[in-house]
Amino acid sequence: MTMLPKEAPPKRLGLVIDLDTCVGCHACAVACKEWNTGGAMGPLSDIDPYGAKARGSWLNRIHGFEVGSGHEGRSVYFPKSCLHCANAECVTVCPTGASYKREEDGIVLVDEDLCIGCGLCAWACPYGARELDEGSGVMKKCTLCVDRIDNTHLSEDERLPACVSVCPVSARHFGDLADPESKVSRLVAERGGFDLMPETGYAPTNKYLPPRPKRDSIGEGAPATLEPVSPEGGFLGWLDRRLGGA
Amino acid sequence: MHPTFSIIFFTSTSGAGYGLLALAGAFGAGGLLPPERGFGAALLGLALALVSLGLIASTFHLRHPERAWRSLSQWRSSWLSREAVAALLTYLPALAFAAGWVGFEAIWGWLGILGALLALATLICTGMIYASLKPIRAWHTPWVPASYLGFALMTGALWLIALLSAFGVQANGALALALASSALAWALKAGHWRHLERAPNPSSPETATGLGRFGSVRPLDPPHTGENYLTHEMGFQIARKHAAKLRRLALLFGLLLPAGLILILFFAEGWWTVPIAFAAAFSGMLGVVIERWLFFAEAKHTTALYYGERRA
Repeated sequence: MTMLPKEAPPKRLGLVIDLDTCVGCHACAVACKEWNTGGAMGPLSDIDPYGAKARGSWLNRIHGFEVGSGHEGRSVYFPKSCLHCANAECVTVCPTGASYKREEDGIVLVDEDLCIGCGLCAWACPYGARELDEGSGVMKKCTLCVDRIDNTHLSEDERLPACVSVCPVSARHFGDLADPESKVSRLVAERGGFDLMPETGYAPTNKYLPPRPKRDSIGEGAPATLEPVSPEGGFLGWLDRRLGGA
Repeated sequence: MHPTFSIIFFTSTSGAGYGLLALAGAFGAGGLLPPERGFGAALLGLALALVSLGLIASTFHLRHPERAWRSLSQWRSSWLSREAVAALLTYLPALAFAAGWVGFEAIWGWLGILGALLALATLICTGMIYASLKPIRAWHTPWVPASYLGFALMTGALWLIALLSAFGVQANGALALALASSALAWALKAGHWRHLERAPNPSSPETATGLGRFGSVRPLDPPHTGENYLTHEMGFQIARKHAAKLRRLALLFGLLLPAGLILILFFAEGWWTVPIAFAAAFSGMLGVVIERWLFFAEAKHTTALYYGERRA
């Protein structure tokens, strides 16, 4: 049923992504693709994978942005996947009931047997988190790896989304954002975690942690400026004059 | 947004069909149309053919058309589902109305009115599918269902005068209706175009990434080297000058040409009014198809903000 749950789910499972530590290695995207192209949710099709126009579905994509300029300028790697919004209109626009939001933990999923591949839910998502699989003709999206986190045959520490367990710099955190005491909620509170495009009113569950402020000095005891490279006298001065320096 | 041919064909063809059905039901019930069996057959036959052709075309963009029946289930939340339900419900009174008119030469007015109301409801649902999408600012406005309704009535009225002329009926009232509905449709479209220029635009790459506090956000490394579903579907771009040219073409075929031909019909008599009236209808349809192509091509999705678009 594509109505949203009547009451807010008791749990809000989601990701917290640290834009300060992400190094843009794409390991999370690759691990996601690897896990989700197999199992119950697979395949995650590639079309013409070795040809000139290779393309395919991915549930997680890593953008790189250049932000600000001058002293405040920086490059930021920006992983983007489904944000499992509280007001997930991708769910309510679905005409068949294929898209739904799990009542127990708020995860947004697609029942692929009901999906007609009309693409309307992808239009309704402001973030571009849903991709139609050209191979199977149904909509694909991040499931938070429900087939890992729900799988009691895995050991407790393995019940994580594939992207989270693979991240080499621990820039991705998974947990219950409805519980203010959870590790992810504390991270969001401490680091000033924020929503993407809050103006759309979708109330995403996933949060992003901002890059930390830049340091103004390079630390205790370091010289304020570099030493001049063309001293007046001595060997270096002679060399500099020989080489035609100013 | 990527203009998909099957959706453009569906909305313009079914739109004309529902418009014609609504006019046939309302004016038939009011006793303003020729009651002959032949005219009823042509009128309702054409309306239902246009509706059905469009609905069949609409399934072509589905990757699993064999599951299309499932789209009747979620009418409580989904405008697309409501459209499907309304579209099928419309057949019931429309077919019964046609059976009465063609089979018994009896115009059952209340069935005509019911069919007209359901046809209008279907058109509003179609417009609301687009108007309900918040990520597409160009569509998230009441101007969208209003102009869908306007164009359906306009093209319906153009087909009505074409059929009337084919049956040798000189009906100045219908000609005036076609002129008025054309003016109304394009006035609503002008309102929509004005809205596109002026509506506030709160989303930007800065809000999309939440990084605006550090300054402007520019794309550096794209996440993929080739095209993907998102860039194909939502990254469609059209140059402003091309859009302006196409708007002029849409107005030429959709308004000026049919209006000019209708003015001739006010004073003309004889067999040659038939090709003129049909030319007006085809021209109007062409204008609406160009307008519908632009409706998609000019609309931007917030996803494009992640790919270098400054405003969506």
